[in-house]
Amino acid sequence: MATPLIEFDNVTKRFGEKTVLDKINLKIYENQITTIIGKSGTGKSVLLKHIIGLIKQDEGTILFQGKPVDTMKKSEWKACRSQIAFLFQNNALLDSMTVFDNVAFPLRQTTSLSRDEIKKRVLQRIEDLELTEAIHKFPSELSGGMQKRVALARALVTDPKIVLFDEPTTGQDPIRKNMILSMITHYRRKFGFTAVMISHDIPDVFFISDRIIILWEGAVGFEGTYEEAVKKKLPLIDEFLRSLEGFEDELTSLLSREAFRMHYSAMLGGSSTAAAVSAALFSIRLNLVNEALGSQAALEVLRALGKYTNKRFRPIGGFSARHSRDEILTIFPHTSIDEARQLVAGFAQELKCEALDRVQGIAIARIGKETSFDIHIRAGVTSVSSTDAINQIMDKARVDQEIIVTHRCGSGGNEQ
Amino acid sequence: MAPLAKIHISNAIVPLFSFVGAGTLRLLGNFGAIAVFFSLAFVNIFRRKQLREIVKQVFYIGARSSLIVLLVGLFTGMVLGLQLFYTLVKFGSVGALGSAISLTLVREMGPVLAAIMITARAGSGIAAEIGILRISEQVDALYSMGVDPVRYLVSPRIAAAIISFPLLTAFFDLIGIIGGYLTGVLLLGTNGGTYFYRVQSSLSMVDIQGGFIKSLVFAIIVSGVCCYQGYFCHMRSDGYGAKAVGMATVSAVVISCVMILVADYVVTSFIM
Repeated sequence: MATPLIEFDNVTKRFGEKTVLDKINLKIYENQITTIIGKSGTGKSVLLKHIIGLIKQDEGTILFQGKPVDTMKKSEWKACRSQIAFLFQNNALLDSMTVFDNVAFPLRQTTSLSRDEIKKRVLQRIEDLELTEAIHKFPSELSGGMQKRVALARALVTDPKIVLFDEPTTGQDPIRKNMILSMITHYRRKFGFTAVMISHDIPDVFFISDRIIILWEGAVGFEGTYEEAVKKKLPLIDEFLRSLEGFEDELTSLLSREAFRMHYSAMLGGSSTAAAVSAALFSIRLNLVNEALGSQAALEVLRALGKYTNKRFRPIGGFSARHSRDEILTIFPHTSIDEARQLVAGFAQELKCEALDRVQGIAIARIGKETSFDIHIRAGVTSVSSTDAINQIMDKARVDQEIIVTHRCGSGGNEQ
Repeated sequence: MAPLAKIHISNAIVPLFSFVGAGTLRLLGNFGAIAVFFSLAFVNIFRRKQLREIVKQVFYIGARSSLIVLLVGLFTGMVLGLQLFYTLVKFGSVGALGSAISLTLVREMGPVLAAIMITARAGSGIAAEIGILRISEQVDALYSMGVDPVRYLVSPRIAAAIISFPLLTAFFDLIGIIGGYLTGVLLLGTNGGTYFYRVQSSLSMVDIQGGFIKSLVFAIIVSGVCCYQGYFCHMRSDGYGAKAVGMATVSAVVISCVMILVADYVVTSFIM
């Protein structure tokens, strides 16, 4: 693997008698989203502050692009640090300044850009984060969620190479949480920065993270992908992940993945081997919708799909969960594949007529009435055998996926 | 009996020496830290993009303190006029009223009282403001944005104090002399011409320079102490959060006032 962008080598930090970080070893790679999770008081924020130099380690070495930070010249470290932005847990907005001045502050202080250029960049970020109406307000006049977005705008305004997010979604409603996470992925793609994030927004944080690091009792309990964490089944980590993942997915009101897995196991255990079981995999190209219509519209589509899946299939015994950021898997017990296809066809009709109309308003506000954008919802139906693992069902269904709904946003509404 | 007595003495003396020694070391450590902190901040005054912040702080420390300085200066001059008039009458030297008031104000009371008033008004504000920025992580936020917090928060305040203190002292002296005129001349009937002649003839450039030197020293002390107390309020052992800010503000004012009087004696002994 490539040289890590940031590496902790046996880093220890003590506050008085208490050892917060105990010989931490971890690696953060370029152009990835690395998420740090762990119980309260396990030193997640302390770890993040070590990266930017706000806290100095007592022992061990922190390496930046393979070079120990302690041996760097002052100018060298300053150059490294200028590539890093930090989003504080409590936002740390400059409370005597307006939203505009807060976002403009790093540009005014650290660059020699003209006033017009600064204004242009600041207004762009403010618009991206839907803060236009708050532009002349002071932080104390804003809600917690808006303050968080102002802090995010300030962190991103300098186009940093590395962004450290200390619980960026705390205090946000499910839609905003997902919007912020979407925005992080969107900007990561757009500007190519490396993100290190502390977050407990499961499952979404796992969908967007390339790697997760679980801090446990002051040490790294696990480092790797989410799939690896689940596969390893380390008892402490398994218990912790379960405690974080509720019974329901906050955004879509569908089952959590863990609850889905339990339902699926119970269904296989309780049913006779002869009973037919089918599954449908619904998906949206969320990234495309995000690019064209913005994250709010993208999340509304996903939410509508989730809610309608629940509404339509739960009464007949079906159960669903989101298995990636934009894929929903539904299991139909006691249903043959033909019956399942009919159910999906009926579902598509209702979804098109009722649920997706809500997206129209948001879409028009974004792209206007003159232009249009088609949202496609795909579905693949497959039969399920008693030996199939969830991943196998998804793979089979993915092969047969086809467009079941096309919703035209902008100049027309429903199509196809 | 002798060894027992020795033990008693050592038992009593060792903790005493330990207490005094630890206190002295802490005090010296603090002075050293303030000196280093001040030096860093002073160097940063001359960096780019500082002028705007310095002007803001001159307005806050200087212009907005002028009313209180005017009031205190006026009444100090008026009280001096009364006190000195009745004292000089006893010696038949009422004509020296202008000299006595102007020399007292320019050499001593002007710099000291102006500095104490600015400490009470602006120094406490500086300590509290920086303290709040510190406990709400705004200082850390500045650092994370690549802005040196000492350069942004402390240097402009020190520069503004260095500019404002001598100006406010001169203002205090002038108003004080006018206050003395109000009581000495208008109220008690001393000759106005004699009053101003004595003011002019008795004040030499050395007196005025001495007053300004003192005000510069006080500016350095007050700005350094107040900024230091606010900046490091999170490291206090006697309180956390809002309480730490309160304690830092109290410490800033008390230490500044005591240091002003101590420095006044030291500077006076050098320039006399």
